[in-house]
Amino acid sequence: MTSDAVALSERRQGKFGDKYFAGRPQQVLLRNWLTFKSSAWIAVVSGFFEPVLYLLSFGYGIGELVGNISTSTGNISYAAYIAPGLLATSAMNGAMIDSTWNVFFKLNESRLYKAMLATSLGPLDVALGEIAWALMRGGLYATAFTLVLAGLGLVTSWWALLAVPAAIIVAFGFASFGMAITSYMKSHHQMNFFEIFLLPMFLFSGAFYPLTVFPGWAQAIIKALPLGQGIELVTKAMAGDFGIHLLVNVTYFIVMICVGLYFTTKRLNALFMR
Amino acid sequence: MTEPLIRARGLTKTYGDFIAVDGIDFDVAKGESFGFLGPNGAGKSTTMRIIGATSVRTSGTLTILGKDPEVNGPQIRAHLGVVPQQDNLDSELTVSENIFIYGRYFGLSSSFINKKIPELLEFAQLEEKKYTKVEALSGGMKRRLTIARSLVSEPDILMLDEPTTGLDPQARHILWDRLFRLKEQGVTLLITTHYMDEAEQLCDRLIVMDKGKIMAEDSPAKLIKDYSTKEVLEVRFGSERNQEMVEILRPLAQRIEVLPDRILLYAEDGEQLLEQIAAKGIHPNTSLVRRSSLEDVFLRLTGRTLVE
Repeated sequence: MTSDAVALSERRQGKFGDKYFAGRPQQVLLRNWLTFKSSAWIAVVSGFFEPVLYLLSFGYGIGELVGNISTSTGNISYAAYIAPGLLATSAMNGAMIDSTWNVFFKLNESRLYKAMLATSLGPLDVALGEIAWALMRGGLYATAFTLVLAGLGLVTSWWALLAVPAAIIVAFGFASFGMAITSYMKSHHQMNFFEIFLLPMFLFSGAFYPLTVFPGWAQAIIKALPLGQGIELVTKAMAGDFGIHLLVNVTYFIVMICVGLYFTTKRLNALFMR
Repeated sequence: MTEPLIRARGLTKTYGDFIAVDGIDFDVAKGESFGFLGPNGAGKSTTMRIIGATSVRTSGTLTILGKDPEVNGPQIRAHLGVVPQQDNLDSELTVSENIFIYGRYFGLSSSFINKKIPELLEFAQLEEKKYTKVEALSGGMKRRLTIARSLVSEPDILMLDEPTTGLDPQARHILWDRLFRLKEQGVTLLITTHYMDEAEQLCDRLIVMDKGKIMAEDSPAKLIKDYSTKEVLEVRFGSERNQEMVEILRPLAQRIEVLPDRILLYAEDGEQLLEQIAAKGIHPNTSLVRRSSLEDVFLRLTGRTLVE
């Protein structure tokens, strides 16, 4: 008599990518949901406040000195000006916490992926499940932050609803890329690479002031970095500004997602299937 | 019918210049309890990982239930229960959640798993720990849970890598008892160990491995019979005198092995040998007569002790 596990596995046999994908990334999500229910929610909730604190302190504190700002969409408060940037940043942070430190822990300390890959799951199931979880966290932060913006009266049009899908695309890109890089990291020290990279990227991203303060070459670099792209995407989506630029931003993230998934799967395979 | 469950021929695994597994052949029959005995680094765990379809062999052939792990990795893993050397339980989840989610990884339905959980908890003697977080369990409990977890998919083959390393004697005996029960139920067991008593207790048949090669293959009793004498006399003269005594004692025993702290004299009758030695006016500081074990087989085959 064959067991259910064998019958299920044989059903996928011979299909495309069957060695890497069992078609069950949702079980990896379920695992994270179980831990979230019991204790991890505290960490998740705490991460939500960071952009809110930036918004309140910078938006209303420095906003008092700065006054209103004239943009292509009109004369807006400083808080409203920095809102899209902070939204993109919160999506990035939410996605990065799960896809970097949490993934590193599961990879090296708790040996969770090793356990998962001893079953009939494949590395792509693990990669997709973990990335989906990370992007859900990013998406959750973005949604909550959009609600805060609405509550503070910083949202002026219904286009602001597009902030959520835009932020999810941003979170997906960061989650995928973050997990791929993490899977190549060998020690805690190397993990600090993320901090070295992420903080300056945030501070110089143009979230707090227009990029025109920088020389042309610096503007080009900042715009080419993922957060620069993310802020552009969220800002335009919230303003209902659809054009070729938006398409470029979206394509940028799709490439990031695919490259990240490819390398994560490849690396997990090399780590646990060799 | 006689087709073995696992068949390896010329199985080899190299990492760069290092040969971890060096062209080994073996067959495992259905329902058998098969052991890999050898010191650390002998290639036991590597062999297990290749069978578990989580490592790719360099050369040779391997079939498990008629399938090749290189082609049908996920299908083979669906047949296996894996108990790794280092526990990789999900420390953030409870005991029953660990079993539940592991079953889900195999794609099993929640209703199927929930029916199995009480049965598995009873098997692992963890009924009262159902809602306990894994972090709070003792080493023996964790190991039993790892075994229970691996049984959720009703595997045909259970693979245990050093199952009792790090456990106290009582926890070891409980674990052995559980493994006997599985064997009675017809589960094929693959066990690696560097404990000879464990191999003698659990294995119907075993291969002795050293440096990636198979040194011998048989049942524990047959190996002892073939490679050792019935009894062993262990004598100690103190580190200074051990060497000089060796030459005097050598003609008296069938075989002699010199360890850093003691001399092993192999004979059919240990007590009789001790009397012979005493009759020559030689009086060791301490002496001990015991039955031969797999440790002696290993010493004979490799010239080294298993646990150093």
